[in-house]
This record gives sequence, structure tokens and C-alpha cells, in this order.
Amino acid sequence: MREVAILGVGMTKFGVSEKTNIEMFAEASLEAIGKSNLNPKDIQALFFGNCLGDFEEGQLHMAPFAHAEIGLPIDSPATRFEAACATATVAIRHAALMVRAGVYDVVLAGGTERSTRMGTPLATRTFAMASDAIYETPLGITFPGVFAMATHMYAHKYGIPLKELKNHMAKVAVKNHHHGTMNPKGHFQKEISVEMVLNGMLVADPLQLLDCCPFSDGAAAVVIADAKKAKNLVKKPVFIAGLGQASCGPLYHQSDLTRVKAREASAQMAYKEAGLTANDVDVVELHDCFTIAEILALEGLGFYEFGKAYDAATKGETTFGGKIIVNPSGGLKAKGHPIGATGAAQVTEIVEQLRGECGKRQVDGANVGLVDTLGGDFGTVCNIILRS
Amino acid sequence: MAYSLTFGQYQKALEEGKYIGLKCGSCGAVMFPPKGVCNHCGGTNLQPKDIIRKGVIKTFTVIRVAPEGKKPPYIIVMVELEEGPCVLGNLEGLSLEAADFSLIGKKVKLGNKLVQGDMYSKESRMLAFELITG
Repeated sequence: MREVAILGVGMTKFGVSEKTNIEMFAEASLEAIGKSNLNPKDIQALFFGNCLGDFEEGQLHMAPFAHAEIGLPIDSPATRFEAACATATVAIRHAALMVRAGVYDVVLAGGTERSTRMGTPLATRTFAMASDAIYETPLGITFPGVFAMATHMYAHKYGIPLKELKNHMAKVAVKNHHHGTMNPKGHFQKEISVEMVLNGMLVADPLQLLDCCPFSDGAAAVVIADAKKAKNLVKKPVFIAGLGQASCGPLYHQSDLTRVKAREASAQMAYKEAGLTANDVDVVELHDCFTIAEILALEGLGFYEFGKAYDAATKGETTFGGKIIVNPSGGLKAKGHPIGATGAAQVTEIVEQLRGECGKRQVDGANVGLVDTLGGDFGTVCNIILRS
Repeated sequence: MAYSLTFGQYQKALEEGKYIGLKCGSCGAVMFPPKGVCNHCGGTNLQPKDIIRKGVIKTFTVIRVAPEGKKPPYIIVMVELEEGPCVLGNLEGLSLEAADFSLIGKKVKLGNKLVQGDMYSKESRMLAFELITG
């Protein structure tokens, strides 16, 4: 099998955008293609991520339109991927697998989402479509609700007083917002305090507003190529060391919401392929859609034992100067969460970290980075390990 | 494969106040609601089985910001049924002030209710629980 590398990466500013899904995707992908010292005509296939275009713009089948917008050749097929919040990571993984297998030499992968156009009630309804629509969604379950149930279960299982756990969770939000102040492309660049988190409106008990990531608009894209080719095109290709992806069913299948089984399987796959462990990772972009989600991910990815990551942010172990720098971009929490683009933005951050291009939020000497994206109510997890 | 119990049959049973799950002929595990193959061993020899309708709350939340078409606040619980499976349902008949951490571990009785459909879904019967008092 061939070695695969990432060349150029591109990302729009995340936040609230007046641009269409396709305009945002074009902006991100032309940046990625340009930074790869390539032209659109060199791209042999497009792996395109989008979740809710039909609700956002009444647009299904967006991939070929995105393809045309940036002038890809007609024999360069464009395929849409959808894996809820893990959409773009899954698209990138499949793009990398195709290059690895020798089907293509140079491809484009990424995603776009324009969530804010729906407004909160419709966005909450359509996001909930990623839960089991037959047996669970009609109960009125929401994504904050799922992670709220995980929070209560975590406190109960490990015997941590809820108030104490909530304080530690608030520190996750404070930490990621602090990182976000150093990321001009993120949705928010403002510091928050523990008091602000704990005084926020309740969204789903016990999660409050600032425990939750925002609905965001944005796009991100990366060019993926055969490593031999990459070395002639860019100064610092970043290599794909390991890929993982795993699937699990609806919540009634999972029972223990403190353990994301798909993550444990996916991370294991990626570490094994890379010949690395959590100890080798210098920087991680992980799926902090809610504050508790960062804690669950730290454990599922092997950075902490189960039941031990809850106070990691409070102890300063997950920020600059700590044991493992988690979400230097600000994470989904501060950088924002345009669901179809999120995974590509995580990959973009890790690539730029490994190239030393992150300015104030640069993780010194980062050589190995991990991407972790969770889709739906724990149904999909996809991991990518990158090395410089 | 032949489905031992479809969503439609399960719904019809709920309408009649019957709670039917599936028992795996290979490993004995019980599935509720129904499923194509056994959750535990993948076995396909699944036979319909009446559910006892009792369980324990494993976790819960109160939804305050709801999807379009739902009227918050309302309580959602995950319950481990006596036969083993975990299911989600609404918790009914409890004041919101009482919906606190002490709910975890409390015993509940399984019922069901008709939930209105919306632009994207038809009406259907969903699980609803009540605390067992005394």
C-alpha cells in the first residue's frame, strides 16, 4: 500500500455567513488547491461532506454543483458523504483510502455547512434526525439531551458529586474559549469564566448554554495525494499515519453512555495502523461538541483511564504547558461546529500545527497529531493520526 | 430473512397495551424494542416475548430547548428493563422540581403514549414511564 500525504489545506472563517454552502466550499477548496501548488484540473476526485443542505438551502445532491463551482474536470467524480458531525472526517478517510489503494493520485476532500440559516428550533429538529427516528427521536431527544444523560451517568458511575463535575466541565469550556481567542478563523474569540458557564440558561439538565458548542456556518477542505507526488509539490507534506472508523447503533443499543464504544474501536484501529499509542501524540483536535464530550473523548482515546479525565482541564493538563494540548484551535466549542465541515477543520488545524504555522496557539515541536470526530449520538467515530 | 417482529407489529401491540420484545434462541438475550438480529450474539432465531414492564432509571435529562414542534420542558429517561435491555422513554407524572439526580436508581413502570407526528414523521406510540411509589 502507498503512503498518503496531505498537501494544502483551506478553511473559511467559521461563524455566521451570508455565503452559500457552495461558495464557502469553493473558498476553502481553492485555498487548499492553491497551497498545494496545483490547479483544479489536477484533482481526480472530490469527497464532499454536507449534512443538511436540503433543509438549509433546499439543495440535495450538492457534490456535483460544488465540483462545477471550482472547475473540476468532468471525469473527476464528486461524491457526497454524510455521517452527521463526523461527515468530513469520514470523507477524508475514504479519500485517503482510495489514494492509498492506488485508485487516485490526487484528490480533494472536505465539507461545508450553513447551519445558522435554519434557526435554533429547526436546526435542533434536523440535528435530532441523526438520532434513531423510529424509536427515539419522537420522544423529543436532542443532542444536548444525549450528552446531558451521559453527564448524569458519568457522575453516578464514578461517584463524583454533580456540582463538582459541573465545575470541572465549565473549565473545559473556559480552556477552549481561551484557545479560541488565538484563532482568528474561529466562530468566537472571547474569554469566558466558570461563573458565566454556571450562570447560563439550562439547555438540557445539567448542561447549560456554554457547555454547548454553537450552530455555525463554514467550510474546510484538504488535498490528499500519493506521498511520492506530495514531496515534489509542497515543502512540508503531512503524512497520514493511521486511520480508524467504527459504527455503533442507537442509544438503546449502547446502554453505557460514559463509554463511546465506536471511539474505542476506531482509535484502536488508528493507533495500531500508525504503530503509536496515546503517549506519542503531541496535539489533539477532539470532538468537544459539549464539555462532557471532551472528557469522554480524552478517556476513549487513551489519554486518561476511564473515570479520570473529568478534572484534566481544571488541573491545566490539557492546555499549553500541560500533558497533552487538547483543541488548540478552540475546538468545536469556540471555533464553531458547521457539522459537515468540522472534521476537515480539525484536520486543517493538525496539519498547520505539524507545519508550525499556528502562530500564538502553536504547540511547540508537535510531530504527531490526532483528529477525533464523533457523529450522531455515538453512532460514528472517525480518527486520523497525522505525522510531520 | 423473515422479521420475527416488525416496527408495525410492535406498534400495534403497544396500541393494545401489549409490550412485545424478542428473545434470542441462541444466547437467551432479550431485545426490546425489536431488532433484526440479536444484539449480543448476532443470532437470527428470535422469538416474540412479553416484557414484564418494570425497570430502573439509569440516567435522565430535562429537555429545556426542544426541537421544532415539541413543547419543553419534558423529561427523558434511560431505563434498564428487568429483562436486561436499556430503552429511552419520557418520564410522566412527575413535577420538574423533582427531576433531580435522585431519579437515578429509581424503579419505574413501563407504559406508552401516542406522539403526534410532524412534517417529517408520522404519529407513533412511544415509551413512557412512571415512577413506582411505595
